[in-house]
Amino acid sequence: MTDKQLQLDPQGRLKHFLSIEGLNRKLLVDILDNAEQFVGVGERTVKKVPLLRGKTIVNLFFEPSTRTRTTFELAATRLSADILSIDIEKSATRKGETLLDTLRNLEAMHSDMFVVRHSNSGAAHLIAANVAPHISVINAGDGRHAHPSQAMLDVFTIRRHKQDFYKLKVAIVGDVMHSRVARSEIHALNTLGVQELRVIGPKTLIPTGIEDMGVHVYHDLQEGLRDVDVVITLRLQHERMEGPLLPSASEYFKLYGLTEKKLSVAKDDAIVMHPGPINRGVEIDSEVADGKRSVILQQVSHGIAIRMAVMSMTMSTLAGQQ
Amino acid sequence: MTQNRLHIRGGQLIDPANQLDAQQDLYIADGKVLAIGQAPDGFQPDQTIDASGRMVIPGLVDLCARTGEPGNLSKANIASETLAAVSAGVTTMVCPPDTDPVIDSTAVAELIHSRSAQAGLARVLTIGALTQGLEGERLASIHSLKAIGCLAFSNADRAIVSSEVLRRAMEYAVSCDVPVFLRAEDYWLGRGCMHEGAISTRLGLPGIPSTAETIALSRDLLLAEQTGVRLHFCRLSTAAAVEMIADAQQRGLPVSADVSLQNLHLTEMDVDFLQPDTHLRPPLRTQRDRQALRKGVADGVIGSICSDHKPLDLDAKTAPFSDTEPGASSIESLLPLIIKLAAGDSVSLQQALAAVTCNPSRTLGLDLGQLSPGASADICIFDANDDRLLQRRDLLSQGKNSPYLDWSVSTRVSHTLMNGRIVYQAQPE
Repeated sequence: MTDKQLQLDPQGRLKHFLSIEGLNRKLLVDILDNAEQFVGVGERTVKKVPLLRGKTIVNLFFEPSTRTRTTFELAATRLSADILSIDIEKSATRKGETLLDTLRNLEAMHSDMFVVRHSNSGAAHLIAANVAPHISVINAGDGRHAHPSQAMLDVFTIRRHKQDFYKLKVAIVGDVMHSRVARSEIHALNTLGVQELRVIGPKTLIPTGIEDMGVHVYHDLQEGLRDVDVVITLRLQHERMEGPLLPSASEYFKLYGLTEKKLSVAKDDAIVMHPGPINRGVEIDSEVADGKRSVILQQVSHGIAIRMAVMSMTMSTLAGQQ
Repeated sequence: MTQNRLHIRGGQLIDPANQLDAQQDLYIADGKVLAIGQAPDGFQPDQTIDASGRMVIPGLVDLCARTGEPGNLSKANIASETLAAVSAGVTTMVCPPDTDPVIDSTAVAELIHSRSAQAGLARVLTIGALTQGLEGERLASIHSLKAIGCLAFSNADRAIVSSEVLRRAMEYAVSCDVPVFLRAEDYWLGRGCMHEGAISTRLGLPGIPSTAETIALSRDLLLAEQTGVRLHFCRLSTAAAVEMIADAQQRGLPVSADVSLQNLHLTEMDVDFLQPDTHLRPPLRTQRDRQALRKGVADGVIGSICSDHKPLDLDAKTAPFSDTEPGASSIESLLPLIIKLAAGDSVSLQQALAAVTCNPSRTLGLDLGQLSPGASADICIFDANDDRLLQRRDLLSQGKNSPYLDWSVSTRVSHTLMNGRIVYQAQPE
């Protein structure tokens, strides 16, 4: 079954949100437009809309996360849903039997939506393929595969600053190999039709065949940043800073760390993004992270709006089916 | 009552060992092939099987077929899997040593031999462990295992990391006069769960590059040359490996190879999060690799095709892709997909059938898989024009993890004989 068949109902509406792959441009724009109307909600005195009143959403985190979990919780709360967060040690679910058993138990509690994060690629797909038909599954990150809500909040932030994707050159810098964020961003930006998409990093962190996803590969940061409108830096996990992939964090910073000086070859109005949490002095210099080009904090607040949009869209699709 | 004398009448006999493809009668007595064509003087059959309109071939010899016994990953056992085997015309299953516990003691080998004798369906032959516990450190008791019937020695899917240990294992195998079976895979590069390429990158699954196979294969070939061991490579997956084996054979090294049915029929394009039955070792590779493997069979570089049968319970396959147990339930698809392969233009019917009959038998040093007078009467009779879909409900294996469900095939086995005894007969529809 393809992503498209699993995620969309027969009318092409979003039923689950698992991956950007298989979603068309119109649907992505719908999500962005929907998110626009939710941006203001957080600024009101009463930060709530009643769209999901009476719905129960379960945050199912098989892998620890603070920020993504919190923004999903906030998004659910602002939609007036009840939210329950469960952290499940991966060791307790070694066998798929237990993973599906967990699901059955939660289904029995009359949940309406699962927000799933798992350290293995494809986990959210497996869950979506096995849940009861009245439940929607939102992928909050699966292995190295996809993190579609992060990608949507990133393109949302880009659209707010740059309006038209058509003319943009975008560079994604860093550990593309292990990044689900990068993979989802590549699908989203190419679907939305950016002019040029680049990935920049040492060959050890650029996965084989990534060109087939529609990107240009650069190993030289200066060359890759030339004339770009948007720079997205990726987080480098601590355990990968020293070993067979990289000699040291300091050498990585020297070669690929984003500094004002290195950014000088980008467009004057280029914006800088990062999915967080930031390793200052490893993938990005503090001067850049806190500087005028940085939109990193906006990304965080846009994350809530995007998640509200996606949650309300899938719930409305399921409501339409009943 | 056992039927001693059998007459198989009117079938199309295909016997690659004797380059036979003709409509002939077959006469069997005392478990052996007695004659082909004319009935021997005074032959009075106890039973006659009408095979007209059907194919009559030697029973299949499957160089890699696991029964799940001993083991705990599946409800499958020797009784269930030998039944699945004979229902699909396979009369000899070769069990690799990665059972649980592994075949590094005579007790385990004896258990398998006695359980299969008890079941009385297909013959289950064993490959002994090359190293104790397959851990790649200390030699297993190769001589004792040979003495109770292990025909070859292997480390199954576990790489022998130390080249020193591998060298000594080969030398010891030479002293014991046994062949060594290896699946070439570098331990360090082989830790992913699918072929490394654009598709593994898109799915975010850890990849196994082709060099995982070719690096190990180079080492193994060099050590084979040094030690003089008879070496058989199990389940090649890459085009480059086929070339390297062809080279070695041209240089006169005693090297043979097989390929899994899956690598001949599927590619990395078939891998999908919701298709855990495509999680396999070796991984499914590119279309170019598949083409080269087929050509390797046609050219005789790859002598044998095995099912690489591994029955697994649903639990083992219900998890995120990389957490699922690799393996496919495939023994019942072997004959149908061999015939399907021969219907294409890369491999002839004789070559395809040789790869599952006389060739694997020769690799084991046996004279099974042929219809020569005096040979064991292991025989498969099948209808080659029975168009149907492979369906889950038709699988007799306890493992339903087949990657071929809903594939269209055209064969159906009507009778299987082992040592001249009918061990399977299809129920009339």
